[in-house]
Amino acid sequence: MAHALLFFWYSGRDPFMTVRLATLFALVASVAASPAAADARSDAKALVDFGISVAQKGLWREAIYRWEKAVETDPTYAAAYNDLAIAYEHEGQLVKARKAYEKALELEPNNSQIQQNFDLFKEINDRSSTGKDK
Amino acid sequence: MTGAAPVKTSSRLALAAFAALAATLALACGPEFFEIPIETPIQPKLDVSAFQRVLVAGFVAGGSDDIDANQETVRLLRSQLRTKSQLKVIDADIMSLIAIAQDQRKTAAGEDAPAPTGTPPASTGHGNSPPAAGADPRAQAQPMGLPPQIRDEKDLEPYERLFANVAYWKKIGEEYQNPLIVTGTVLFIPHSITGPVVRDQDVMDQLGRHRVVSTRVYVERKGFILAPKFVFIDGRTGATMYSERHREEILYNAQQNTPALSSYFELMDRIVPDFLSTLSSQKIKGTRVLLK
Repeated sequence: MAHALLFFWYSGRDPFMTVRLATLFALVASVAASPAAADARSDAKALVDFGISVAQKGLWREAIYRWEKAVETDPTYAAAYNDLAIAYEHEGQLVKARKAYEKALELEPNNSQIQQNFDLFKEINDRSSTGKDK
Repeated sequence: MTGAAPVKTSSRLALAAFAALAATLALACGPEFFEIPIETPIQPKLDVSAFQRVLVAGFVAGGSDDIDANQETVRLLRSQLRTKSQLKVIDADIMSLIAIAQDQRKTAAGEDAPAPTGTPPASTGHGNSPPAAGADPRAQAQPMGLPPQIRDEKDLEPYERLFANVAYWKKIGEEYQNPLIVTGTVLFIPHSITGPVVRDQDVMDQLGRHRVVSTRVYVERKGFILAPKFVFIDGRTGATMYSERHREEILYNAQQNTPALSSYFELMDRIVPDFLSTLSSQKIKGTRVLLK
């Protein structure tokens, strides 16, 4: 707020100063914001790591809890959505699994591992509707 | 001359230190993905909680004379249901549905009444049973040719009316204390095609090097098509609950002499999981990749 006030106070006086201050203001704002994003990602990463370790022990419900927290903490973390989708799939929550895979691919459309997981999921999921007459 | 050696040593040391640091970092970070086995539970397509027993009655079967597709299908499905479903499988004589359909047709053609013998009007059936397609008694009464030998899918079509005969299936249901009835059609026909196939050939070039080259060759291949239709009938009402069609084919080299029965089982192996998933929940094993 103080930065903004300073910016507007100075901007009326000198045009060169306006440009300099605008640049400085943008820089300060971006530097101030990036630690928050980095914190969210590192918190989410810790949750994802813990989820992986419990999933490997067969504790899928606990893994779901952690990965749900991870995507809440950092909604841009594609790997967390991918892992959550796998856990939902294992628990038979196929609608939720599809949504999580789609979100993961929306965030990282070129991730071949997520795409492969999703393709395998679709192959199984589509079985329930094949060959139906009625 | 003497000054060059220490420089070399120090650069090697620096390289070694860098490699050690990279290795330590890689170990500390660990892998970025993990393969994990999963089992996906698939819910049954059909709610069969109202039934304790299942009768695999028989099939209208045709095609190859090498196997009795009716008998083999009934035996295979009964054994699969015994081990992979909660339902108790009824051991009954396998019904010859072709003969039954022909009897029904003869009876219907020989009578003046609009409805065939033992077929009450649909309105007298249970109120909650959905009207089955083709269940119109007048339609059933029309004498239509039933081919005694089934060679293709067209020959099977006139037999479809048998599954819509609600009164007949209700009677069968009463006989076996209202089970879930599994019936349908099975077509197992020989099949052959001649067409291009891509084959890898090992060739040696002018310099004596081996190379693999893909070439298109025309070959004749023989095999079979298996096209079953499974019809699930509620033994309490005689009404069709659900039906599904499958089609699988297999081709071999023309020189290969594969027995029809082994081809039949190979094709049924592909279809049976889908059949079972209609009646009972299945767990499908697979592998996925967890990401960090």
